[in-house]
Amino acid sequence: MNGRRTFLRGFLSVLLSGGAIGGILKILPSKADAREAPPKGQIWYGFGVSVDKCIGCARCMDACKTENNVPREPFFFRTWVERYITRKNGTTVVKTIEPNLEPSPEIASDKSILRSFFVPKLCNQCASPPCVQVCPVGATFQTKDGVVLVNEKTCIGCRYCIQACPYGARYLNPVSKTADKCTFCYHRISQGLLPACVEVCPTQARIFGDLNAAASPMSRFLRMNKIHVLKPGLNTEPKVYYANLDGEVR
Amino acid sequence: MNPEFIRTLHDLLPQIQGFIYPNEIEIHWGLLIVVYPYITGVVAGAFILASLVKVFNVREVQPLYRLSLLTALAYLLVAPMALVAHLGHPERFYEILLTPQTSSAMAMFGFVYAWYLMAVLLLEIWFVHRTDMIAWAEQEKGVMRFIHRTLALYSRDTGDRSVAFDHKALKVITIVGIPSAFLLHGYVGFIFGSIKANPWWSSVLIPIVFLFSAIVSGIALVILLYMVLTPLTGGKISMRCVDKAVDFLFYAVIVDFSLEFVDFIHRVYQSEEEIKILSEMVMSKLFASLVIIQVLLGMLVPLLLISLTKIFKRRFSLNEDLRKMVYFIAVILIQMGIFATRWNVVIGGQMFSKSFRGLTTYKMEFAGIEGLLFAILLLALPIIILAVLTKILPPWKEMHGEGVSEGVEVAGS
Ligand code: SF4
Ligand code: SF4
Repeated sequence: MNGRRTFLRGFLSVLLSGGAIGGILKILPSKADAREAPPKGQIWYGFGVSVDKCIGCARCMDACKTENNVPREPFFFRTWVERYITRKNGTTVVKTIEPNLEPSPEIASDKSILRSFFVPKLCNQCASPPCVQVCPVGATFQTKDGVVLVNEKTCIGCRYCIQACPYGARYLNPVSKTADKCTFCYHRISQGLLPACVEVCPTQARIFGDLNAAASPMSRFLRMNKIHVLKPGLNTEPKVYYANLDGEVR
Repeated sequence: MNPEFIRTLHDLLPQIQGFIYPNEIEIHWGLLIVVYPYITGVVAGAFILASLVKVFNVREVQPLYRLSLLTALAYLLVAPMALVAHLGHPERFYEILLTPQTSSAMAMFGFVYAWYLMAVLLLEIWFVHRTDMIAWAEQEKGVMRFIHRTLALYSRDTGDRSVAFDHKALKVITIVGIPSAFLLHGYVGFIFGSIKANPWWSSVLIPIVFLFSAIVSGIALVILLYMVLTPLTGGKISMRCVDKAVDFLFYAVIVDFSLEFVDFIHRVYQSEEEIKILSEMVMSKLFASLVIIQVLLGMLVPLLLISLTKIFKRRFSLNEDLRKMVYFIAVILIQMGIFATRWNVVIGGQMFSKSFRGLTTYKMEFAGIEGLLFAILLLALPIIILAVLTKILPPWKEMHGEGVSEGVEVAGS
């Protein structure tokens, strides 16, 4: 209710002050936006993925679905793991692994395979999130600590944000009929816990923490590895950082 | 959870080609969102046709003036229905108006829509019909008299000064109206064009392409309606009018076609990382709807048909009935083509994965909100509304080329 009133007041004052031009200028990217990490001392969450460490056990996928009440059907994911198999002839086959994947020993002995690896994916929690930009009602928003969340109560289910996310990270929850995606387990991290997927990962392929804390495992991860992000050309400024990422991965 | 829906998704699984992100199986914007830009396109196009009469003083197409205004209004009333019906929470639609996010193209919908409806179309229609409504009410009894009185807002003044004021007002509205019509449809194009995550949509040309295809669809539809309605209401089709309107249509199609061609060449020439998957999509999933229906049947064939009548009209003074038939076929084909354009933009943009490695598929439902039946209903609804509108504000006199009308006077003044 309050937001509405603020809006109306804002709208009127814009009309009266002729500030409409200022309003338009807002869509231009500016330094003042939340896109830049806040000054030291303030929390700014990020996520790290060590591609080399992921063994494709799918525990993270399972833990996420349980923790966040994501429908079990194989169409709705807050996080998933892709398997890449590049053959010597240069072709690459990609698949999303399914939970409870049986180990496939034949792959290990297949001589035509050049390399194969797993890539965990999740919402990139972009610092400059296109999903927030396009949401017509402000239901998708960015918190002060840099996490992009969806307000179930106000989302109208228009799915514009799903179209705008370059990473396929969003889906429409078939129960609530609202947009949904990874929240970094916001309910857990705000209690000082780790996201569920990070906690269950047996190889510590997933790392989570405050990007601003110099001594955190997250900062260490960033310091010790060559880092890539997905689709950097789109200027979404992802906060999910990958170590040892293969160029095949998009 | 809807088990029906989950089953549909399961059915789609085997039809996926290559790799797609796992959340991408469902196509989120379905048939209703195809219908939405189609309908707003007709609105903008019909209005621009009406403006041609007013601003450029094209007397030949005067019979289409009121018909196009009423057509624009009928379609505009249906446009938001398509949009609201596809929402997961239609009951929260008002949030767009109460708490809009200024950075969102879609949030502006309500404002652009309201502006266009209230400030442009309704006002223009009112000023055009004001004196007529007063005159009609005078000869009528009962309900119709009440309706016309009320719609005329109980004004009775048909004196020179107030008529002159009507004309002035109309001029101003038209001048505001043309950019507004451009805004309405250009903005719908912007909703798609501003999605940088989707290379099929993300192009600065998209709003302009949308605009010209809108003009094409609006003009073609009004010509079609005129050719069907005139004989039905006991008038005679003015070939002078149809010839002229088809002229405009012809040029609009050429511009539209060139723009789309430029867009196409540009993509192929730049050949960015998505080009492989896009060409695969065009050659497989979109071949029928894009190459055959949109380009061949929806543009090239009608262009050819119309050019033939242009060539043969002079040399062989083509039989009028034959010409009529050719036009008739051409405008129907163009309508089909424009609908296919909307389909190819909306559905095509969601069929390839943003991983650029695979294609998903679209399965149209029959019943249900996103289904074919509802879409047909939405497409038929404007025609029903138009039928009601023509009962209240009959455009027949003008369509039959009788009597004075506002348009000619204004245009001449
Ligand atoms: S990855 Fe997608 S959903 Fe996540 S913040 Fe970026 S645009 Fe939004
Ligand atoms: S689906 Fe919900 S969160 Fe996404 S853009 Fe629409 S209103 Fe916003």
